[in-house]
Amino acid sequence: MAKDIHETPMLDELENGPWPSFISGIKRLRDQHPDERINKMANDLLGQLEHSYETRKGYWKGGTVSVFGYGGGIIPRFSEVADAFPESKEFHTLRVQPPAGNFYTTDMLNQLADSWEKWGSGLITFHGQTGNIMFIGTTTENTQHFFDEINDYGWDLGGAGPCVRTGMSCVGSARCEMSCANEQTIHRTLLNRFTDDVHRPALPYKFKFKISGCPNDCVNAIERSDFAIIGTWRDNMKIDQDAVKEFIAKKGREYVIENVTSRCPTNCMTLNDDDTLTVDDHNCVRCMHCLNVMPKALHPGDDKGVTILIGGKRTLKIGDLMGTVIVPFMKLETQEDYDRLVELAENTIDFWAENGLEHERCGEMIERIGLVNFLEGIGVDVDPHMVSHPRQCSYIRTDGWDEEAEKWYQRKMEEKQQAAG
Amino acid sequence: MSMENMRQPIESGCPDGFQYMHPVMRRNYGLWKYHEHPRPGVLRHVAYSGDEIWTVKAGTQRILDLYTLRKLTEIGDKYGEGYVRFTLRSNIEYMVADKNKVEPLIKALEEAGFVVGGTANSVTTLSHTQGWLHCDIPGTDASGVVKAMMDELIDEFRNCRMPNRVHITTSCCQINCGGQGDIAINVQHTKPPKINHDQVANVCERPAVVARCPVAAIRPAMVNGKPSLEVDEKKCICCGACYPPCPPMQINDAEHTKLAIWVGGNHSNARGKPTFQKLVAAGIPNNPPRWPEATAIVKRILKAYQENAKDWERINDWIERIGWPRFFELTNLPFTKYHVDNWRGARNSLNASTHIRF
Ligand code: HEM
Ligand code: SF4
Ligand code: SF4
Ligand code: SF4
Ligand code: SF4
Repeated sequence: MAKDIHETPMLDELENGPWPSFISGIKRLRDQHPDERINKMANDLLGQLEHSYETRKGYWKGGTVSVFGYGGGIIPRFSEVADAFPESKEFHTLRVQPPAGNFYTTDMLNQLADSWEKWGSGLITFHGQTGNIMFIGTTTENTQHFFDEINDYGWDLGGAGPCVRTGMSCVGSARCEMSCANEQTIHRTLLNRFTDDVHRPALPYKFKFKISGCPNDCVNAIERSDFAIIGTWRDNMKIDQDAVKEFIAKKGREYVIENVTSRCPTNCMTLNDDDTLTVDDHNCVRCMHCLNVMPKALHPGDDKGVTILIGGKRTLKIGDLMGTVIVPFMKLETQEDYDRLVELAENTIDFWAENGLEHERCGEMIERIGLVNFLEGIGVDVDPHMVSHPRQCSYIRTDGWDEEAEKWYQRKMEEKQQAAG
Repeated sequence: MSMENMRQPIESGCPDGFQYMHPVMRRNYGLWKYHEHPRPGVLRHVAYSGDEIWTVKAGTQRILDLYTLRKLTEIGDKYGEGYVRFTLRSNIEYMVADKNKVEPLIKALEEAGFVVGGTANSVTTLSHTQGWLHCDIPGTDASGVVKAMMDELIDEFRNCRMPNRVHITTSCCQINCGGQGDIAINVQHTKPPKINHDQVANVCERPAVVARCPVAAIRPAMVNGKPSLEVDEKKCICCGACYPPCPPMQINDAEHTKLAIWVGGNHSNARGKPTFQKLVAAGIPNNPPRWPEATAIVKRILKAYQENAKDWERINDWIERIGWPRFFELTNLPFTKYHVDNWRGARNSLNASTHIRF
C-alpha cells in the first residue's frame, strides 16, 4: 500500500517538537496496524486533513445516523471530498458516557480499545468538552456493531442534539479534601433519571448537568452548564491551629498576611498575634481561597450540602451567561433530599420544555421571561441570595407589596419553627 | 437486518464510577484530609484514616490512537496499580498507593514521550475541540493549534513557575465549545457568509436559519428565481451561527477567518466571583500548520503575567489589580475600538468613575 500513501507535508510539521503528536499517532495506525481497513482509513483521514490544512477549510458534513432504539448519541460525519479520500468517507463519532470523575481501570480501557479496534478507526479521545468518551471515526454499519458490543459490558451513549447531555463531575470526594458533595451519587442520580431525555432528543435545545464538589468549581459548572451543583458547607470552617502555626513557621507571617488574610474577598479573616487564625464565618462566602493556600490547616465544615445555579451557557445566541443561584443551600444526605434534587431538575426541564423557544437554552429563556417568572414556574420562592443587589430602577408596579411581604414573614416564621424542631 | 432482529439497547446510562476507582480512593471516599505537591506532576493526598494516594499526571496528544492508548495502559499495569483517570483537559492521572512507584512511573511515562506535569501553578494542557479532524463547521484545527502551542509551552507544563494555574482553551468556531479560559484562542470570522443560493432551498430550513441569527441580519429572499436567504451585510457580525443549520452559508474563509485571543476567564469562586474572558487581540492569521503568530501573543501574555502578577493571582485577578491600560502596555497589544463592548449589558463594562491609574 506504500505507493498510495498521501503526501502530508504540512501535517508532518506537527510531528516536530517535544509534545506528543496526534499526527504521529494517526500515522502509526496507517503504517503499523495489521488490519488493512484501519490502515486505509487512517491514510485517507490524513489525506483529507492535509487538504484542510492546505485550503483552510473543513470537509465534513453532518447527516443522520443513530443506533437502533435511540435518536441521538452519534455525531454523523460524511466527507465532502470522498472521491479523493474514499476510505474515510463515513467517519462518525460515538459519544459514550464516562463514569462521574472519569475513572477507569487499565483493563477496561484495554477492553474498550479492543472493541474499537474491531469496529472503528482506532482513534479515541478522553474526553470531549461536554465530557463524553469520543470514539472518532467509523461507518454507519459499524456504529451499531460497536455500540452493541460495548453496551453489553456496561457502556451507554451520551447526548447529542436538543437533549439532556452527558454530565460532568470533578474528581471530588474520591480524592479531593475540598469536596463537600457526593459527586458520584449526584451525577448518577440526575443523569440516569433522564436517560430517556439523553437518548431521544426532544427538548428546545441542549441541557447540561455539571457537578463540582466545592466552589473551586473545577468543571466550570457555573459557566458551562444549565444546571450546576456545587458542594459547600454552612457551619464554621475547620481550623487546625497547630497546622496554622506550622505553616507560619515555614512561610512567615508576612506570607500569610500577603497571600491569605488580605486576599479574603470579605475581609473576614484575622491573623492573631499568637499565630492563630480567626474567621468570621458569617461573612465567609466559601470562596475557597484560604483553603487552597493552606490545605493542611483549613477545611470545610461538617454541615455540608450544595448550592444550585441554573442557566449557564456559552455564546450562542445572546452571549455568554453564568448560572444564577436558585438554591442557596440544600442538604444531600437522605433519599428525600435526593428526591427534592431530582424534582427540582424535573420541574426545571419541564418548565423549559414548555416555555423555551426552539434552540433557546434554559438561561436564555430565564433572561427573556425574567427570573421571577421562572421561579414561579418551578415553584421556588425568591431569596436575596439570588441577586447581587436589589432592583435599582423604579419602573416597576408594586401594588402586590403587602401580600408579598406577608409571604416573606410567613416563610421566615416557618423556617424558625422548623429550626426549633 | 430486519427490525425484529435488531438488538434492543440497554439504557444503562452513566456507569458506576466506584468500580473503576482505586481501592484506597473507594475506601476513603469523602474522607480526605489534605494534599501536598511534592513536585510538578505529582500529588500526595492523605486521608483521615492515614491512608495515602499518590497521583502522577501526564499530558498526552488527546486524540489517542490505539497504540498510544495501549502504551498508557501498559505503563499503568507495569509501573502503576491499574487505576487511572482523565482530567478535564485530557491529561491522564495514574493513582498509586505505593510511594515507591512514583519515580519509576514518571520515568516510564517520560521515556515513552509523555510529559509529566500540569499540576498546581503550571500551564496545563490546552483544552480543545474537534476542528478539521471531525467537526462539520470548524474554521481551524484545534488539535494542531494545541500541539504547536504545547511544543512551546512544554517547560511551563513541566514546571510550576506561574503565579497561579493557567488554563488555556481553544475553539475552532465562535460557538466556542472550548469554553472559558485564563487565555482562549478562538476563531473569529471577519466577513459575512458567502451564500450558495442554488442549495439553500434544498438544504436549509429557512425560518430556523432566520431565527438563529443573533442580530436579525438574515431574511428570506428570492434569488435567481429560487427561494433563498439574504444577509444584510452591514448588520452581520460574522459570527457564523447561521452556518451549522445552513451549510450553504459558508462562513469559513481561507483568508478572512482569523483568530482572536481572550483573557481572564476564571471558573473558580476563589477570591472574586467567576469571570468571563475578555477580548485582547484579534486579526491573528489562521496559519496552519503551526500558527506561530498566535503562539507568540500567548507567550507574551504569559510572560507579562509571570513577571508581574503576585502569587495566587489568576490572570483575571492580576488584571483587576493593575487595570486594563497597564495590561495593554505590558503586553504591547494595541487597544482598538473593537475592544469597547456594544453587546447587551455593555454599559456595565464602561468606566463610570474617576478611578484612573497613572
Ligand atoms: C453543528 C455542529 C456541532 C458540532 C459538530 C459540535 C461538536 C461538539 C463536540 C464534539 C463537543 C464535545 C462533545 C463531547 O464532549 O461529547 C461539543 C461541545 C460543545 N458544543 Fe458543540 N457542536 C456543534 C454545534 C454547537 C452549537 C450550535 C453550540 C452552541 C450553541 C455548541 C456549543 C458547544 C459547547 C458550549 C460545548 C462545550 C460544552 C461543555 O462545556 O459542556 N456546539 N460540540
Ligand atoms: S471542584 Fe473542589 S472538590 Fe472538586 S476537584 Fe475541584 S477543588 Fe476538589
Ligand atoms: S473561604 Fe474565602 S471568604 Fe472564606 S475565609 Fe477563606 S478567603 Fe475568606
Ligand atoms: S468549537 Fe465549533 S468548530 Fe470547533 S468543535 Fe466546537 S462546534 Fe466544532
Ligand atoms: S454570520 Fe451571524 S450575524 Fe451574520 S448572518 Fe450569519 S448568523 Fe447572522
